[in-house]
Amino acid sequence: MAIVINGTAYPVPDDPRVSLLDLLRERLDLTGTKLGCNQGGCGACTVIVDGARVLSCLTLAVQADGCAVRTIEGLQANDGQLHPLQQAFIEHDGFQCGYCTPGQICSAVAMIDELRRGDPSYVTTDLTRGPNGATRQEIRERMSGNLCRCGAHNGIVNAIEEMLDGAAA
Amino acid sequence: MRSFAYRRAADRTEALSIAGAEQARYLGGGTNLVDLMRQNIEAPAALVDVSRLPAAIEDTPNGGLIIGAAVRNSVVAAHPAVRTHYPMLSRAILAGASAQIRNMATVGGNILQRTRCAYFYDSAGSRCNKREPGVGCDAIDGFNRYHAIFGGSEHCIATHPSDMCVALAALGATVHLAGPGGERSVPLLDFHRLPGDHPEIETALRPGELITEIELTPSAAATNSTYRKVRDRSSYAFALVSVAAGLQLVAGKIEDVRIAVGGVAARPWRAARTEQILRGQAPGRERFLEAADAELAGARTFDGNAFKVELVKRTIAAVLSELAGVDA
Repeated sequence: MAIVINGTAYPVPDDPRVSLLDLLRERLDLTGTKLGCNQGGCGACTVIVDGARVLSCLTLAVQADGCAVRTIEGLQANDGQLHPLQQAFIEHDGFQCGYCTPGQICSAVAMIDELRRGDPSYVTTDLTRGPNGATRQEIRERMSGNLCRCGAHNGIVNAIEEMLDGAAA
Repeated sequence: MRSFAYRRAADRTEALSIAGAEQARYLGGGTNLVDLMRQNIEAPAALVDVSRLPAAIEDTPNGGLIIGAAVRNSVVAAHPAVRTHYPMLSRAILAGASAQIRNMATVGGNILQRTRCAYFYDSAGSRCNKREPGVGCDAIDGFNRYHAIFGGSEHCIATHPSDMCVALAALGATVHLAGPGGERSVPLLDFHRLPGDHPEIETALRPGELITEIELTPSAAATNSTYRKVRDRSSYAFALVSVAAGLQLVAGKIEDVRIAVGGVAARPWRAARTEQILRGQAPGRERFLEAADAELAGARTFDGNAFKVELVKRTIAAVLSELAGVDA
């Protein structure tokens, strides 16, 4: 019984009521992941489990048994250099207060994988052909699960666009 | 959240035997159930985690698809056969919730999600017959912008929130079940119950029964299909109304048409009257509006949701026009 978080194995809590979010923040002191609404409405608690972005507030920690969890603390390189998307958020003012930012960035990292895989979204015109490319419309729709009360969405989309452009070059 | 026992089932047999031994609820992705438990609206003594049961999407001998109940919503939406032959199902799933929630939610859990009626959630301050049978319904004289216009009762006007189920209803999907009494199948259209005198009874599930798969049959109308959702913001919101529809034209006439409406009843509402009127007719926006009107003659509205009648009518006409390639 173990959950691997950013490469380190931790025991699964005995009490099944403990959410993955509470395990991270309250027991492991990984406070980068944020508690927002605690009911699946805001995306602040987004983490990546086995490659897929999920909400840690609605995940029971026991359900992540045997899984690999990646949080905002696990995105930077071993030498401490920021993940390129973290750097892009800084350069494009992708936040003001910063509270939604770890969730935004974890969500966007996994979203870029979904786009590259060709997964469709609600705004995809032709389902059989796949996404309409990395358009702002596709990015906005795919990031709609992450709310930002400061209204930094334009900067967030700009940062993600830069990341996708850089990756394509 | 009240304490509960947690067991993870490795296979169907184990799930059924654990659930039979305890007063348990099955747990899929937890996106609705965990939230309801945190609000103390649900307080099961035990959870049987069925989210790791074998989950596959496979072809059936008649050219259809069988989708395991534990398959994640995002996997169904992205599956090539679903995108090609049942596009309304891909689009309906992609219209629901957020990417994070679709990655968590299972097919079985999506079908079994409970209403998002605010009075159902407000256990501290509101009356709700679904939550506490017999106490009354605060939605009927309350804020009912999101509530039912079809199939409600004096006890409940809550809607079923699923997008996926609206497409499954239009597709005529079958729900396969396994339980202590053996296996059986129920058409999705008969799976969710209208409230009547017992809004607390929401589905045809018997005690201990588990949804194991859903099955789709192929058709030309399923291939030429889509889903449109109308909501208060353009993404990540529940439907005011939604329409799943498929259309087959042969020699300029409507050979087959399937229409289901979401956000209007305690179950996906199949617009059977509209379908019946349109079969054999030539497509056209006026005809679509008239046929939708016939279905809406049976609507019953409340202070906050009378707008849904016109909205459903126009959305049906717009979706059918798109599928028929005529001017909307």
